[in-house]
Amino acid sequence: MSGLSVFFLIYAYVALAVFIIGFLVRIWKYAVTPAPLKIPQTPAPVSGPGVLGRMILEVGIFKSLLKGNRITWLFGYVFHLGLLFALVKHYRFFFETSPGWLAYFTTFEMYAGLIMLGGLTMLFVLRLIVDRTAFISVMNDYILLLLLMAIASTGLLLKHYFRTNVTSVKEFMMGVVTFNPQDMPTEAFFIIHISLVFLLLIYFPFSKLMHSGGIFFSSTRNQIDNARDKYWKTPWAKSPESIDIPSNMTQDD
Amino acid sequence: MADTAAEQHEEEVLTDQDIVTGAKEPKPKAGDVKAPELTGRIEIPKLEEGVMGWSKPHAAKPDTMEEMGFPPGLVDNWEEVAVKKLGELLEKYKSLQVYMDICVRCGSCTDKCQFFLGSRDPRNMPVARADLLRKVYKRYFTTEGKLFGKLAGAAKFDLALLGEWYSYFHQCSQCRRCSVFCPYGIDTAEISMAAREIMDQIGIGQKYVNTIIVKLHEIGNNLGMNPKALKATLESTEEDIEEEDGVPVKLPVDKVGAEVLLVTPSADFFASPHVESLIGYAKVFHQAGTDWTLSSTASEAGNFGMFIGNYDHMQRAAMRIRKAIEELKPKRLIVGECGHAWRIAYSFWNTIIGPLDGSVGLKLEYPRPQHICEFTKDLLDRGAIKLDKSANDEFVPTFHDSCNVARASRMGDLPGGQFEIPRALIKAACNRYVEMEEETIREKTFCCGGGGGLLSDEILDVRVQGAMPRMQAYQNVKESHGVNFLGLICAICKAQFTKVVPKYGVPMIEVGGVHQLIGRAIELGAKE
Ligand code: SF4
Ligand code: SF4
Ligand code: SF4
Repeated sequence: MSGLSVFFLIYAYVALAVFIIGFLVRIWKYAVTPAPLKIPQTPAPVSGPGVLGRMILEVGIFKSLLKGNRITWLFGYVFHLGLLFALVKHYRFFFETSPGWLAYFTTFEMYAGLIMLGGLTMLFVLRLIVDRTAFISVMNDYILLLLLMAIASTGLLLKHYFRTNVTSVKEFMMGVVTFNPQDMPTEAFFIIHISLVFLLLIYFPFSKLMHSGGIFFSSTRNQIDNARDKYWKTPWAKSPESIDIPSNMTQDD
Repeated sequence: MADTAAEQHEEEVLTDQDIVTGAKEPKPKAGDVKAPELTGRIEIPKLEEGVMGWSKPHAAKPDTMEEMGFPPGLVDNWEEVAVKKLGELLEKYKSLQVYMDICVRCGSCTDKCQFFLGSRDPRNMPVARADLLRKVYKRYFTTEGKLFGKLAGAAKFDLALLGEWYSYFHQCSQCRRCSVFCPYGIDTAEISMAAREIMDQIGIGQKYVNTIIVKLHEIGNNLGMNPKALKATLESTEEDIEEEDGVPVKLPVDKVGAEVLLVTPSADFFASPHVESLIGYAKVFHQAGTDWTLSSTASEAGNFGMFIGNYDHMQRAAMRIRKAIEELKPKRLIVGECGHAWRIAYSFWNTIIGPLDGSVGLKLEYPRPQHICEFTKDLLDRGAIKLDKSANDEFVPTFHDSCNVARASRMGDLPGGQFEIPRALIKAACNRYVEMEEETIREKTFCCGGGGGLLSDEILDVRVQGAMPRMQAYQNVKESHGVNFLGLICAICKAQFTKVVPKYGVPMIEVGGVHQLIGRAIELGAKE
């Protein structure tokens, strides 16, 4: 096996390990940190299924963002949709056969990368030109967008101009996931594309990308509005009985 | 801080605490405070970075701080103490932990805060406010911040940053408006509570809020009215009602075994226009034939412990109410008109002093606690009280959704009842009703500008600026529909508007409680 392949195998495993373990560690942290008080942002659902519905709308159509800023919503949504399609497309690099429902996605397939890149570019431009977002942005906000744009661009180039040998990519990727290392393709754009993806995976758990998992732990969105009906305990609080309070009865008038 | 101010004080030796709290800087006089111009529309302003940095509340006195269990002044190793406290809060509050991590700086919240809209200062944009704390979180608690520092938005917690904390975390009314528009529901109120808790723990607290908390612990209400004074005030109010209406409406206190215990903000006992609402509740109870009582020791529904993010103080303040329930043995618990108090009562009481169920003697068939508006609405629906709308014919009312009621609690059984029930009451008590712009009401309501512990005169500029969007919306319906009454269900809103409305050139007689309207319209006397 070539030195390059060995290097990339190690890189791949490190990236995947950091991503998976890092992500789980963060999520674990969110899950176990207590929510001492009921703080759903009302009007909130009064039942469990209601909360599920609220979450589906937040994750599915970014409902609150739509309320807040239509332009950001549009490009943010377009980007995420493109990303979703692009990810689904990568299915074929990991599995021998594709399930039938994937065919639906192929209709959009051609555009997925472009949509994603377009959305990202607009988000980048908006961040720069709207004075309020320019004010709050830090370098990493821009770098992250650039990284994603680079990944999308190299992916597009790979698909449309520098056609990489799909079979050899597949063999390499399958080798990675089945712990059966294979030589990797040596096309430059493929190497750049995959290096950036691994970089993104490594950065993921340490960055704001954790919004992807964190949203499910947002107390204002995931709590049921039933504070009066259901006793909610703060795990770390003092019991009320231990607090000494003057009596109504001993007051002299 | 402005250069001129720094020059003026060249000779004086400023302590670190003075620098952070601006203790030696001149405070504006209430009379000099100017309201932003109303342009007819709530517009997103051009940014003027740092223009409100000078605004800082008075710092709490050393003895106040000590009574609360905080250091008397800024401790020497404050950076270390603050970081340790932040670490503790991150372990205790899921909201804080998650919200520190997941903001993507999308900007959706940036134009949603009334304090930004009124002040033009971009540091009052919710995400910028939260970032003041996030910077510290990143620097001391994240790999990203430790590796990339400023590039990742991390910063060392130095005196200048602490000064910004003291300015801008006291320009947030914890109204949660930003949270409505955030794709992840990030609630800057949670973050400003945490920041204030950290500041208290290193020895710099806010005078107005902390003094009141101490008073509440000592005496039982925010106004520091002892039971004797309270009873005297209530008696004279009883006399006033009887004189005016010729009906002996009572305001009972400490009556053991009464059916209902009413807990209401102490401002209702004598502030204006608050007392009109108290009279309204009393008339409702009277006419419904409800046996009710106030408590002289639990004479405060408000609970400023929440504003400073301190669980222990909030719990201790609320315990007075539990004690009153145990001693006065009511079957039902009802809360008067107050925004943050209703949030705490509705969302927190069951947790911090509960469970509020049969174990403390409350009847399970009623909501525990119940809002006075829910109670009155129920009586109206059952025909147990009658209203004569013509008594309010001089008013064309509109309704200001108090943010704590709108976005942090509920009334009735259905989501959104907190919007419908007070409106239904106003409509039942008045012939006319006009709604303000959709973007400024219900869950999108703007804060009055005085919530979250900002109701203090040295930061009147902030309060007046924060009131701008509401004043604009009110001004618009005033001009288009002749609206002349701003209906409220919050003691702080009432105090705040009474103070700031004249700055916008509107006479203050125009603000009042929902139960003020009910009290005027209710038909007293024998029922058929
Ligand atoms: S809306 Fe939420 S995610 Fe967007 S900048 Fe504001 S706090 Fe951050
Ligand atoms: S005042 Fe309200 S809108 Fe502004 S930052 Fe605080 S919670 Fe958010
Ligand atoms: S005073 Fe009223 S409007 Fe202002 S924060 Fe409280 S509830 Fe909201």
